[in-house]
Amino acid sequence: MKGKLFLQGNIACAEGAIAAGMRFFAGYPITPSTEVAEWLAKRLPKLNCIYQQMEDEIASISAIIGARWAGTKSMTATSGPGFSLMMENLGYAAMTETPIVVVNVQRSGPSTGQPTLTASGDILQAMHGSHGDYEVILLSPNSVQEMFDLTVEAFNLSERYRVPVLLMSDEVVGHMRENVYLPEKVESYDAPLSEKGIDYFKADPETLVPEMQVFGKGYNVHVTGLTHDERGYPNTNEQDVHSKLVRRLCKKIIDNAEEIVNYELSYGEDADAIVIVYGAVSRSAMETVLKLRKKGRKVGLLRLITLNPLPEKLIRKLTRHAIPIVIEMNLGQIKKEIERISKRKIYFYGKIGGELPSPEEIEEFMMRVMKW
Amino acid sequence: MVVHPSITFLREERLPHILCEGCGIGTIVNALLEAISELEVDREKLVFVSGIGCSSRVPGYLKFDSLHTTHGRALAFATGLKLANPELEVIVITGDGDMASIGGNHFLHAARRNIDILTICVNNHTYGMTGGQASPTTPRKWKSTTTPYGAIEPPMDISKVAEAAGANYVARWSTASPLQIKEAINKAFQKEGFRLVEVLSHCPTAFGRRNKLRTAIDMLKWYKDHTISIEKAEKLGEKGEDLSAFVVVGELVDRNEPGLCRLYGLTEKKEEEEKKIEKRMKKRDGIKIDKEKILRLLEKLSSPRVRALMEEGEIEKAENLLKGEDEK
Repeated sequence: MKGKLFLQGNIACAEGAIAAGMRFFAGYPITPSTEVAEWLAKRLPKLNCIYQQMEDEIASISAIIGARWAGTKSMTATSGPGFSLMMENLGYAAMTETPIVVVNVQRSGPSTGQPTLTASGDILQAMHGSHGDYEVILLSPNSVQEMFDLTVEAFNLSERYRVPVLLMSDEVVGHMRENVYLPEKVESYDAPLSEKGIDYFKADPETLVPEMQVFGKGYNVHVTGLTHDERGYPNTNEQDVHSKLVRRLCKKIIDNAEEIVNYELSYGEDADAIVIVYGAVSRSAMETVLKLRKKGRKVGLLRLITLNPLPEKLIRKLTRHAIPIVIEMNLGQIKKEIERISKRKIYFYGKIGGELPSPEEIEEFMMRVMKW
Repeated sequence: MVVHPSITFLREERLPHILCEGCGIGTIVNALLEAISELEVDREKLVFVSGIGCSSRVPGYLKFDSLHTTHGRALAFATGLKLANPELEVIVITGDGDMASIGGNHFLHAARRNIDILTICVNNHTYGMTGGQASPTTPRKWKSTTTPYGAIEPPMDISKVAEAAGANYVARWSTASPLQIKEAINKAFQKEGFRLVEVLSHCPTAFGRRNKLRTAIDMLKWYKDHTISIEKAEKLGEKGEDLSAFVVVGELVDRNEPGLCRLYGLTEKKEEEEKKIEKRMKKRDGIKIDKEKILRLLEKLSSPRVRALMEEGEIEKAENLLKGEDEK
């Protein structure tokens, strides 16, 4: 599919995956992400690619990791409860440096919560949900166009850094329909393959990322979730091997943050107050900011596109003079991060219950805290 | 110097292994490697997948591509691996705890969808890696660290479950009959669909010694005395004899249902593609068709550049390209 189209967010995401070169999708039905699977079930067989419905979400993420080691770009899509089930193997993908994309079209939790309503309560889980220390990349789309663009971006980042990338969408963006433009061709990046006989998990000293390898070429690759040396062989007793490996897994994201990070800053220069938002909420917040600007209020807006890593330097710079206001559809998850980075008091508006905060609500909140 | 014939299949640099003295896994690996050497398989295309547990450590010692995954999930990982590249031959090595307990759901569905995977389940009736707790196959009244007064739950018959779920081939043997294990693996390997070889495997260290079977020999003797071939069981069963003290071994299921790759059309698609390219090449004048060469090149069809050259009938160029890639 290409050109100007009127699409649903979840479908745009599915098309983004196809455009990025995904050839294997495994999934399990769950509201509100099901349309991703339904669309791909229709599209992939026509492209000689595989759509496989698995028995649960644990199997889904397992299958896509397996598929990536067979040499095929792969993805799964889910929502809260399914995302929780995937946590163990998300850690496995991080430990084995398998490039995969997991889409989470968020709904209200905890537990079964509000299956059909929107939220963004899985952000901290996405960052820290699996046991042990690790870093993954989180992206947050706010439009149907971005469901396409950021899915492509998610694949490219996962291949570049050999890391799972999580597309943290939500019910509003997933189910919304908008005009989009799908280009004929997208820029897609494939992890380079290493040569035979070398240490397959030995990282480049600059990027800290090892080259990829795939099965079926006679290289006798060994992939394990155990602490492993640079050859990929288990070594669970030596402190140094573990420390070196896990520190590198974290550092390859943290040290490359400047290249990974993506955001959108509006009216940042002279702002007295900076609204920090992401995902669907940013649409309401932008309207409020435009309205307040018209009224002469010096307010800026920072829309986070990458939620992990965060643009820490920029946040510090902005919040030095401007009062940080964070609006989320949870009880303060990114707020905690902004607090840590800016070391300032955050004015926080968190709305839960399944409804997007309206521009009026946000305006009222801002007028109150800013005493305008 | 006498060298073990299977040593070429092992990652020698990883030896010695971590398994205990008198472990049944050695017998099974021996049978497996013998089967592989008899089969003359393309080693590059053979992949091992495992979960967590004693048996799941095996792929780490085998000189093949190997994916050592999380507890219970080997079959789910293997499903993705096989479907994404049907050219790979996938063997899953798992255990009773890994496959029948935590991975029970994946086991049922792998068998149901008849995914083209050969599964070897090392059933030692216990969680050996964690020191000998009760597993879903611990027989009633047998002791383990978590059933100190004897197991009270009825055990699972793994092979029967596989049969009911739809596996194409199911065989069960004990480590007391290594030759039969090898033959079962050999036969299973050549079939499509989901194939299970369940091996009752002795574990004197974590299991036997708590049940008056202190050594490997004690356990092997027990297996000999308490297993009965399916042929014999059927005969005695007709006479109405009580066989509840025995485990039935032998080839339990041998069906020829289409495997999942065939159901997806992946098998036919490849054949179709081969025909298409041959047809196109015939259309071009002045090109002699060297069937062998074409078939050799077709094996490498996964490379888009080779495919493009082939479709244009540029066989020589395609071959040179492959040579260059191989040298690299």
